[in-house]
Amino acid sequence: MKPARKKRLFFIIFLVTGITVAAGFALYAFNQNLMFYFSPAEVKQGKAPVNKVFRMGGMVVEGTFKKEKDTLKVFFDLTDYENTVTVEYTGLLPDLFREGQGIISRGKLNAEGVFVAEEVLAKHDENYMPPEVAESLKKNKK
Amino acid sequence: MNIKRLYHQFASPPYFYRISGLWLPYIMGLFVLLFAAGLYGGLVTAPTDYEQGEAYRIIFVHVPAAWMSLFIYMVMAISGAIGLIWRMKLAEIVSISSAPIGASFTFLALATGSIWGKPMWNTWWVWDARLTSELLLLFLYLGVMALYNAIEDKRTAARAVAILALVGVVNIPVIHYSVEWWNTLHQGPTVTKFDKPSIHLSMLIPLLIMAVAFKLYYIGSLFMRVRTEIIVREQKSKWVKDLAEES
Repeated sequence: MKPARKKRLFFIIFLVTGITVAAGFALYAFNQNLMFYFSPAEVKQGKAPVNKVFRMGGMVVEGTFKKEKDTLKVFFDLTDYENTVTVEYTGLLPDLFREGQGIISRGKLNAEGVFVAEEVLAKHDENYMPPEVAESLKKNKK
Repeated sequence: MNIKRLYHQFASPPYFYRISGLWLPYIMGLFVLLFAAGLYGGLVTAPTDYEQGEAYRIIFVHVPAAWMSLFIYMVMAISGAIGLIWRMKLAEIVSISSAPIGASFTFLALATGSIWGKPMWNTWWVWDARLTSELLLLFLYLGVMALYNAIEDKRTAARAVAILALVGVVNIPVIHYSVEWWNTLHQGPTVTKFDKPSIHLSMLIPLLIMAVAFKLYYIGSLFMRVRTEIIVREQKSKWVKDLAEES
């Protein structure tokens, strides 16, 4: 390789590695802020902000979904299989909302430790399959 | 055939112009066939999903478009680097001609994701790591295009653009791994992981057909753009004048 080309090649390698390292440090430093939500365990440990709106994500516990009569108010428990927090929400739920499904809610903790949500988002997992396959998977599990 | 000779042949604009003209109808023909097959497979023969019902079918456009947005960026950056190091004219043209196509695929991925997100997640948009880094990719493409147009001399412009494209390469692994490194609303990878794909084979096949179709579309439209750019840049050369007289 000619010296001029070699120089330009090294310049490019240096540029790309330099930026990668810098971006790596920056992202590492901002790691907490890049987390989209807190888990119920982190909320229980007091890692989530107090008196401030934040997001909490986890699984809806089977058999805990309750609906208040004649209103849109619902209650359910959210878990990360370590800790559980009760969520209260008034409004329409997304299509994918169901017990055993992962969701992310945005809101505040009240004095009783209940998470009052303003918004509930369903978190979809990466699995795609026809209903019959899901059915047989469920059967085999049991 | 000697590899070095092949490289020099392809680097020559008249040779590339001739060869790409011969290949183009086959590439586009194969694209139309696969695109039709992939759409039919995805929208008609693939079964409904156990959780999302019919709405999941948007992945047959969304996922290949998102893959293309990353792939085209890498082509743009690598050919930009080749142009920068070896001052190869054709590599510069390939690099800059890739930008508008990549930007379109990025926009398509963002738009289809948003349309799917409203009924499934209950929101059009969230600022999580995956969505934000993909939006940044769109701005990188637009920045590359704007910078190229801002500089009068096209060879200087190509060098400036190559550096911007190389700086942006850092975003590519961030987009891919964002769903693994951080908590995001966007789900994790289904196909592009070392594990077995978590999608049923009857859905995976049309998805992969669509991915190949999109790749062919990129090659075809890239060839068309590169051919036009070659003619514009070399309009004063003898071979282009001969070509114009022939037709």
